[in-house]
Amino acid sequence: MSSRAVLCLVELDNGDLAAASQRALAVARSLAVDPSPGSPSAGALTAVVFGVAGQLAESVAVDLARHGATELCLVSAEGLTGYAPVAWARGLEQLAAQRTAAAVVAAATDHGSEVLAHCGALTGLPVAANCVAAAATGDGTWQLVRQRWAGSLLEEAVLEAPCALLTVAADAAAGDLTALAPATAGHGVPVVKFTPSLQEADLRVRATESAEQGGGLSLATARVVIGGGRGVGGPEGFAALEELAGLLGGVVGVSRVVTSQGWRPHRQQVGQTGTKISPELYLACGISGAIQHMAGCQSARHIVVVNTDPDAPIMSRADYAVIGDLNEVIPALVAAIRETAGQG
Amino acid sequence: MDVLVCVKRVPMVGGKVVLTADGQEVDTRMSGFTVSPHEECAVEEAVQITERSGGTVTVLTLGPPEAAEQLRDMLALGAHRGILLETDGREWGPVATAAAIAAAVGELGPGAFPLIMAGNEAADTGGYQVGIRVAHALGRPCVTGIKRLEVAGDVLRAWREYGGGQEGFEVALPAVVGVKEGINLPRYPSLPGRLRAKRAEITVLRPAWQADGLRKVALRVPAGSAQRASVLGHGAEAVPELMRVLGEMGLLAPVGVTGRDGVVA
Ligand SMILES: Cc1cc2nc3c(=O)[nH]c(=O)nc-3n(C[C@H](O)[C@H](O)[C@H](O)COP(=O)(O)OP(=O)(O)OC[C@H]3O[C@@H](n4cnc5c(N)ncnc54)[C@H](O)[C@@H]3O)c2cc1C
Ligand SMILES: Nc1ncnc2c1ncn2[C@@H]1O[C@H](COP(=O)(O)O)[C@@H](O)[C@H]1O
Repeated sequence: MSSRAVLCLVELDNGDLAAASQRALAVARSLAVDPSPGSPSAGALTAVVFGVAGQLAESVAVDLARHGATELCLVSAEGLTGYAPVAWARGLEQLAAQRTAAAVVAAATDHGSEVLAHCGALTGLPVAANCVAAAATGDGTWQLVRQRWAGSLLEEAVLEAPCALLTVAADAAAGDLTALAPATAGHGVPVVKFTPSLQEADLRVRATESAEQGGGLSLATARVVIGGGRGVGGPEGFAALEELAGLLGGVVGVSRVVTSQGWRPHRQQVGQTGTKISPELYLACGISGAIQHMAGCQSARHIVVVNTDPDAPIMSRADYAVIGDLNEVIPALVAAIRETAGQG
Repeated sequence: MDVLVCVKRVPMVGGKVVLTADGQEVDTRMSGFTVSPHEECAVEEAVQITERSGGTVTVLTLGPPEAAEQLRDMLALGAHRGILLETDGREWGPVATAAAIAAAVGELGPGAFPLIMAGNEAADTGGYQVGIRVAHALGRPCVTGIKRLEVAGDVLRAWREYGGGQEGFEVALPAVVGVKEGINLPRYPSLPGRLRAKRAEITVLRPAWQADGLRKVALRVPAGSAQRASVLGHGAEAVPELMRVLGEMGLLAPVGVTGRDGVVA
């Protein structure tokens, strides 16, 4: 099997390579390696970026080289400004055909998941979502590991298709980042341009971006999250958690029981159908630890639990636990922190 | 307007996933079944649309005969009709699932269900694609991840979260929408709703299973997800220990007031 090109949809975050796209590149890179015995060789890995008006920072091309890309392809077309999922999928489909690509990879972000699903629908090919590992077998199939239940379960799967379409879980271990070329190499990948031919229907769905909501810390990126579940007992109970969050420079996150009771708004929900968090500390109070909740906090550096039940499932997912009533523990903790701060 | 909502029966897994001995399935001998919160919210949204401007809500599921239970749960929330695409219990991939749903809709004629709703992703297999494939098969536009929706005449406006802000879309009906939890707060089933659901007729169709290019080999629970928390103590007496731990994590320094070495930042 000769090595065929691999395409990776790359998204930018404030002009830099998005973290999720770095993970996608790591998986894409592993697919670009020809596994045939005797002649392991790295094939072409094209990073594909859509809708960049004007110049892309040179640092992106350098960063892409470090992540193993061999080329940066800027896709643009008349009428294609901003995000348009079908048009992006069309662009990837046509580019993949032109390069007879073996695989098209994207990060499992809102955009990446949606665009790859459209690629699957346009081509009739299967799509493997939320992969954490992928390898070519050499006989034209791919061996994959992908997430089910938002990562609470892993599926080993075989993908059989002329071109593998897959997304890479945003919280997948970032592959072998140590193998990255040093930044000092300083050489960026060459930049090429591609113009897909689009039809009107491809541009039917287009995003208009509205301004950032602004203000306040975001749950997804907060350094400290104070979690409250059914054990908080009602909407009033959250005042103490808010106070604690304020003292630690964090925000409050909640379980689904809390949002479906209407105690707190859904935007504070942590979990599979809420927000995924990755704080230094997740202090989970009165939360039992259902898998769908834990799926949202498995990237937390430390998990500390306050729960009356020493056998709650969350005990086996946490670093530290205080066994007790959160209505006693949290106010006492708040008082202790205030006292320390007062002394300092 | 007549709205179709697609829901999927999934095991109600709680604190721990247990697999069958052959590693092929989640062991459901001890669990009930449910649908994704995304899909429950899609049903609620559809019911609200028809409450405002008339029409009916049909819920559809592709699954084993027992999946009729999930249709009745949704009927109890206010949906009017149910369609069961009955399977023999084998797992269906997203390609075949979408084809079967599109075929069932297509048979009702091009005017059927100007609005089709799905969850953003299924709770168990999380393929992120069935709604999009249905849309392509029917030649309709599709928006996903939707957390706010407005229908005005033939125009659908929809918004989703993106970055710290929102992305808005405007498409003409007929369309397909993938919904996320948070778009609304679903109601609890009422007693009359439950009674109506019990009596409601469910249309049963039996599409033929098709292999998918993506084939499951085995399931496994990720390694390293079971440890034992070290207990710091009981009740308020544990607070000094808790303070020590928070201190070790470097979380007790006043945030944003002093930098390293106590220099004001
Ligand atoms: C498809 C699907 C998706 C889901 N998505 C999510 C999601 O995104 N996020 C989510 O959170 N859930 C989600 N769920 C729901 C999830 O399965 C659980 O039902 C939910 O997480 C339980 O919330 P809880 O821990 O607050 O409540 P419970 O499970 O009722 O636990 C309450 C805990 O509080 C403790 N407690 C009670 N009183 C006190 C007290 N005074 N002090 C200290 N501790 C006390 C109890 O010992 C218990 O452990 C989903 C479910 C499904 C099926
Ligand atoms: N078996 C099914 N029956 C009915 N609807 C389904 C089924 N599988 C998926 N769907 C719908 O498609 C959405 C996305 O599913 P998926 O692409 O599998 O993640 C789900 O939230 C459901 O609304």
